[in-house]
Amino acid sequence: MSTDNLLFAKTHEWVKVEESDGAKIATVGISAHAIEALNDLVYLELPEVGKEVTAGESFGEIESVKAVSDIYAPVTGEVIEANTALPDNLDSLHEDAYINGWIAKIKISDDTALADLMDKAGYEKMCAEEG
Amino acid sequence: MTTDTLKKTPLYNWHAANGGRMVDFTGWSMPVQYTSIIDEHNATRNSVGLFDVSHMARFRFDGAEALPFIDGLVTRKVADLKPGRIRYGLVCKEDGGILDDVLTYHLQDVAGQSYTWMVVNAGNREKIAAWINDRLPEGVTFTDHTEQTAMIAVQGPRAMALAQEIVEGDLNELKYYQGREATILSHPGLVSRTGYTGEDGVELTVPAEVAFATWEALHVAAAEVGGHAVGLGARDTLRLEAAMPLYGHELSEEITPLQAGLGFAMSWDHEFIGKSALEAIDQDSLPVRVGLVMQDRRVPREHYPLFSGDQQVGEVTSGSQSPTLGAPIAMGYVAPQFAADGTLLDVDVRGKRHAAKVVPLPFYKRK
Repeated sequence: MSTDNLLFAKTHEWVKVEESDGAKIATVGISAHAIEALNDLVYLELPEVGKEVTAGESFGEIESVKAVSDIYAPVTGEVIEANTALPDNLDSLHEDAYINGWIAKIKISDDTALADLMDKAGYEKMCAEEG
Repeated sequence: MTTDTLKKTPLYNWHAANGGRMVDFTGWSMPVQYTSIIDEHNATRNSVGLFDVSHMARFRFDGAEALPFIDGLVTRKVADLKPGRIRYGLVCKEDGGILDDVLTYHLQDVAGQSYTWMVVNAGNREKIAAWINDRLPEGVTFTDHTEQTAMIAVQGPRAMALAQEIVEGDLNELKYYQGREATILSHPGLVSRTGYTGEDGVELTVPAEVAFATWEALHVAAAEVGGHAVGLGARDTLRLEAAMPLYGHELSEEITPLQAGLGFAMSWDHEFIGKSALEAIDQDSLPVRVGLVMQDRRVPREHYPLFSGDQQVGEVTSGSQSPTLGAPIAMGYVAPQFAADGTLLDVDVRGKRHAAKVVPLPFYKRK
């Protein structure tokens, strides 16, 4: 998948926004940069389907050998699908963070938070500056 | 603290050039991992791991009264240490709280002159140096050799063969908890057979200026047998599986040696600071160190509370996914009535309860 049309949050989630029946659906995952930094993944807690999430708030957790990290909702809306195959296949995140590595789909109820997301070039610049 | 103010070991440039992800560890810039904690952990269990432990403090004491002096500072009797022997012990305060866990070596130089060597945790270097200086008797000299030397730990089933390639003299003659001066790559150094991983192995102490050549020679040879440079991340999972306490986690000034399960490191037939307080404390009522295995996949971490029903009965001090067991494990302190093997407790993982079982320590013992 081309990553050119993805958006990224400062907290390292990626977002792909698609229109479906007049609604905006955001597919959300964790960036390859963050997966590489987390490295030895051991646990992922998915958000529950039906949960209302708010942009910037934790809606899942990912755990490596070293530490546990929150996954932050990059948009506001309702979780309509979670990738239930992913927690048992965390290694696949290292191979493709952007296709099978999606975590949840969120039906966007308020799209103002989209303006806070970066394009790929902006995100890569931020990662380079973080070192 | 900015990276510029962090202390660097003589191997810093090697770590930075070889993928070491550098972090601040008690004021030292140290590699937490090079490739993967699990890869580095498994290399140590299955072949050999190389650890830069140069940040640990190395003290030397000279003078005939050096060993008797240290005997009064540590819980373990060391006055009777034969040359070439090393002993693990604790430095306690007057009230019995643990200031540090240290290794005391009785060494001899080439002329047969005895001296004492002590290895101290990096984060406790200044504290222990001050503790010693405040009490140093006439005729005993105390010098800190940390920054003039490097220390490299070689650990794992291939460790002894690997170290033998660069150390003169038969290392098989060096038994567990023994140390001696040694010629390492034609330079004077020390070799000691202790470790912090649950595996066999040695530490090599060399002058700082030959640290790079020593490490590089070991690294080239290790790579041929599937060995690996190992960072602090896997050092922590290895010592956790081996149930070795870490200062600042299982050990502190608020913990007594018996609570920590370190009865083996106590000898009551000599005088040491803290002894009378420790004899007076009712140890049976204090929380004790236990091992925990999670019953699901959540990883217990330091400071997570431990519950029995609605009652908080303790706290996790170290926890991680165990690469060897493939399960999340932890050490922690619990009230003694909840410390029996098989007791089921709950760990509060970020607001949710997850079951854990009290198990005997260590989690891993080499065959």
